[in-house]
Amino acid sequence: MATLTKIDEEKLIQEQGYNDHFHDHHHGDKYKSNFITTYIFSMDHKIIAKQFLITGMFWAIIGAGMSIIFRLQLGFPEEDYSWLRYLLGKWIVLDEAGVGSLSQEFYYALVTMHGTILVFFVLTAGLSGTFSNLLIPLQVGARDMASPLLNMMSYWFFFMAGLVMFISLFVSTGPFSGGWTAYPPLSALPQASSGSGAGMTLWLVSLVLFVVSVLLGGINYVTTVLNLRTKGMSMWRMPLTIWAFLITAIIGILSFPVLVSGFLLLILDRSLGTSFYLSEIFIGGQALDHVGGSPVLYQHLFWFLGHPEVYIIILPAMGIVSEVLSVHARKPIFGYKAMVLSILAIAFLSFIVWAHHMFMSGVNPFISNFFVLFTLIIAVPSAVKVFNWIATLYGGNIRFNSPMLFAIGFVSMFISGGLTGIFLGNSTIDIQMHDTYFVVAHFHIVMGIAAFFGMFAGIYHWFPKMYSRFMNDTLGKIHFWGTLIGAYAIFWPMHYLGIAGVPRRYYSFDTFDTFRHFGTMNQFITVAAIVVFALQLLFVVNFFYSIWKGKKVTTQNPWGATTLEWTTPITPGHGNWPGNIPAVQRWAYDYGKDGREFISQIEPLAEGEKEH
Amino acid sequence: MSQNNTLLKQRINPQMFGLYLGLASVLMMFAALTSAYMVRQAAGNWLEFRLPVQFFYSTAVIIISSVILHMAVRNYSQGKFGIYRILLLLSAALGLGFVILQYAGWLEMELIGVYLTGNPSGSFVYIISGLHAIHVLGGLTALFISVLVAFMASSKVTIKRKHRLKLLLHYWHFVGALWIYLLLFLILQN
Ligand code: HEM
Ligand SMILES: [Cu+2]
Repeated sequence: MATLTKIDEEKLIQEQGYNDHFHDHHHGDKYKSNFITTYIFSMDHKIIAKQFLITGMFWAIIGAGMSIIFRLQLGFPEEDYSWLRYLLGKWIVLDEAGVGSLSQEFYYALVTMHGTILVFFVLTAGLSGTFSNLLIPLQVGARDMASPLLNMMSYWFFFMAGLVMFISLFVSTGPFSGGWTAYPPLSALPQASSGSGAGMTLWLVSLVLFVVSVLLGGINYVTTVLNLRTKGMSMWRMPLTIWAFLITAIIGILSFPVLVSGFLLLILDRSLGTSFYLSEIFIGGQALDHVGGSPVLYQHLFWFLGHPEVYIIILPAMGIVSEVLSVHARKPIFGYKAMVLSILAIAFLSFIVWAHHMFMSGVNPFISNFFVLFTLIIAVPSAVKVFNWIATLYGGNIRFNSPMLFAIGFVSMFISGGLTGIFLGNSTIDIQMHDTYFVVAHFHIVMGIAAFFGMFAGIYHWFPKMYSRFMNDTLGKIHFWGTLIGAYAIFWPMHYLGIAGVPRRYYSFDTFDTFRHFGTMNQFITVAAIVVFALQLLFVVNFFYSIWKGKKVTTQNPWGATTLEWTTPITPGHGNWPGNIPAVQRWAYDYGKDGREFISQIEPLAEGEKEH
Repeated sequence: MSQNNTLLKQRINPQMFGLYLGLASVLMMFAALTSAYMVRQAAGNWLEFRLPVQFFYSTAVIIISSVILHMAVRNYSQGKFGIYRILLLLSAALGLGFVILQYAGWLEMELIGVYLTGNPSGSFVYIISGLHAIHVLGGLTALFISVLVAFMASSKVTIKRKHRLKLLLHYWHFVGALWIYLLLFLILQN
């Protein structure tokens, strides 16, 4: 090497990749010594990704299962649920006639747990945790994360958070039941409801552990993307997945600590008797001596995280969808730079719109105007993205396989749910809509279903990289069409309920004459929910069946994609590339260029070829 | 893992970069508390009181500690181990002094009748300074470990040790600067 000039060396790296001497020393053993260090306390990003995914799937089944139970009670309140006693024990109460129904207290607990689990454990950890871990090192051309140790700890903090939350399901006073947003006073006074006691304490412990996990993960993702990119991988050559994961992690690093501060004050109110959030409260006819606090203060702190959090959920899905759409439409993503800039714009705006969740909480209407304005401006970058996705599809040579269908489904859901967001963003319309089923419909479509679709697109697409086998495409298509139709069947009617003023989180509407005629609609929704839930079990079966029995991947690059993860061996070992790390020569979206179907990122520009 | 990409141009050391990201999140935590302070203060029913004088002494102490640590690290790089050890120890002792002074400040607040559980204006001061003190204690632990290392390990200048000291130094400067910000905030808000 010593005799080579700098230019020669550059050329060598271009042609043969970049030798970081990774395989020179024998440290393979450190990672692959036995079962425990390989599969349990693993520091390999690919294994950690699978851990996040499978843990997320576990929680998705629990969380969705809960929704089926409370939907049953809501849709068919007259039915006898005494058979559920085997599962829920005392939370099923029997009347004189021996007819069992879900206890009201536990109904609220289930709604609360459903929200908490899905938002944090499934759509944050399960989505961004899985794909950031899997794809960041593979797509930027790194051996692993910047700190594999912190990465492993990130997973185990998540695991512990889940464990604590799981335990809270079994305490005798029940899990927390005051809603996933945990507003005081229900969350601040242990005597406020039965779930506000031990259940709430465990909820707080769990979420603090969870924040630690997010921060450890996020710091790692950002450091890796900014510092460990391979030769030639400039920022503007990064796939949109990486941009999305990067910005998501930055949002998390800046917003989750605010939630911790909010929780800190809540914990002190609960246990030391401070009055940050509590003022002039009567409970059971007794005046408490808390004075001077403000419950709205909590809402500010919560939603300062809460709104960015919804983008923490959706941005990774957007990144995955951009990538999948482009690969399977065999076209470059339309407006790459606009895509990046709109991610940045969304991220920035997401920090200054939080009070749109508080229009009805007594926020000064004059100040609300600013939040209306910024909220509606978010529609602009969102629309840019939607336009670009559709333009990417336009005239494409589309493969309608499972990942692609879910990616297209994502776009559909994001449009439907985004439009209702514009309704809600107007503070005057929100007077009628706030805390109704319209909001439930809005965020389930735009966040719940859309993010799930993004996740499914990612799983079907990268399953071959994770397990060296394909998932069954026929089952995948059944899964897609059933879920698409079913999800609209569940949430479309909810818009009408909401416009009519039906409030969310109510156990029963029997006593309200106005709402009584919605009984059949509620039954319809419940049935649709059960069908959709069953279809997800089909996905789970397909997933595990395919791990062991799926069609084997026989080529290195089965989708004909350009990005670096497909330059690794079919089953990449530790360090991802057996030899040198490939050097990157071009951006990630050279599809259909110069009459070629696709050109891998590692292929040098041809003589006279212009970079995109 | 930094050694993996040594051939590549390193913009900034990954560990230092990770530390900065961590500090950004710590900063957000305090930004949240100080914003909550302002929101709550604007709502009225707010007790005005004078900050304990110990908080001002402690500010001087942590600034001096920071400066001394800076000198200690420089002396290490120059291989002047004698001065380095003494300065490091001194800096750690001053750090401990800071925490003790904060504690004295809290006692002083109790003495004038501002309790943790009273009007939120007092509770906020306890929480903000308390959470800050926890971060100082974290740094102090690392500082004392490095004192142990300084006295027990061999007198060699290694890149690794220099790097660790730099991480510690930057954290220590950060908690010092953070305290100055918090103190100024509390003064200016009243
Ligand atoms: C054009 C874009 C959007 C606008 C203008 C918008 C606006 C709003 C508004 C004003 C609310 C509050 C309604 C109320 O409580 O009365 C709301 C609720 C919500 N939005 Fe959006 N939204 C948009 C997109 C999104 C996206 C992309 C997500 C998630 C990925 C999302 C997730 C949520 C959630 C989770 C809630 C309800 C939280 C709760 O109260 O439990 N929204 N949205
Ligand atoms: Cu929002």
